[in-house]
Amino acid sequence: MNSDKSQTTGQQGAKVAKPADSDPQWANGLRRLYDSVVDEPLPDSFKDLLEKLDTKD
Amino acid sequence: MGGNQRTASEKADFKRELTEVVPHLRAFARGLCGRADMADDLVQETLLKAWAAQERFQPGTSMRAWTFVILRNAYLTDMRRNRFRGEYDETVAERILTAPAGQEEPIHLSDMHRALLTLPPERREALLLVGAGGFSYEEAATICDCAVGTIKSRVGRARAALNAMLSDGSIPKRSIDDDAAHRAILEELDDVAAGNGIAARS
Repeated sequence: MNSDKSQTTGQQGAKVAKPADSDPQWANGLRRLYDSVVDEPLPDSFKDLLEKLDTKD
Repeated sequence: MGGNQRTASEKADFKRELTEVVPHLRAFARGLCGRADMADDLVQETLLKAWAAQERFQPGTSMRAWTFVILRNAYLTDMRRNRFRGEYDETVAERILTAPAGQEEPIHLSDMHRALLTLPPERREALLLVGAGGFSYEEAATICDCAVGTIKSRVGRARAALNAMLSDGSIPKRSIDDDAAHRAILEELDDVAAGNGIAARS
C-alpha cells in the first residue's frame, strides 16, 4: 500500500499546487459554505445599522 | 498616525469599505458559531466596534482582515460568556446541501458543517480563514495573532480531523452541546485568547 502516497506527487494535470492538501471533497464544500453566505442578500437590519453609523458621532 | 481626526471623505471611504466587507463577516461568523441569527448579532457587534475604532484602521490595508480580528475577538469573548455553543443551524445546511452541477457524489455539507463545529475553535477559525476565506497562512496568522507555523499546524490538524470524521462518518452528534466537550473548548479558548494556542510552539 505504499503506492498511494507516491502517486500524488508525479501526476500531471490534475492537482498541482497546494502542497499539504489533496483537496478532499469537503474542501470544496467548505468554500461553498462560505460563499453561499457571502452571496446572500444583506438583511435589512444591516442596512439600517450601516445607515445609523453616520449619525453616531 | 498622529492625526486622530478623520476627514469626511476618509470616513466615507471607511464606511464604504466596511459595507463591502459585511457579507464576508457574515460568512466567517456563520462558520464560527454555526447559527445564522447569532452570527448576525456578532457581525452587528463587530460593525459597531469597527466604527468606533476606525481611527485605528490604516487606510490601504485589508479591511476584511482588520474586521475579522474584531469579529474573532468578539466571538471569543461571547463564547466565554457562554452565548455561543457552536450550535448547528439545520436550515442553513439544508438549503446549501444541493449538490453542484456535475459533481458525481453530492457533498453532504450538513455533515461537513457539523464536523467543522466539533473542531476546537482555534482550528476551526484557522481552517475557515485559509480554506474558506482564501486568506494566506501569513494573513491568517496576523488575524489570529500567532505564528505562521501555528496556523499551518492548526489547519493541518483541522484537515486531518475532518478527513477522519467525514471519511468514516464518525461525526460526533452534537459534541458542543455536551458539557465536557464544551468545557474543554472553553479551556482552549483561554489559551487562544491569551494569544498562545496549544499549537503555538510548532
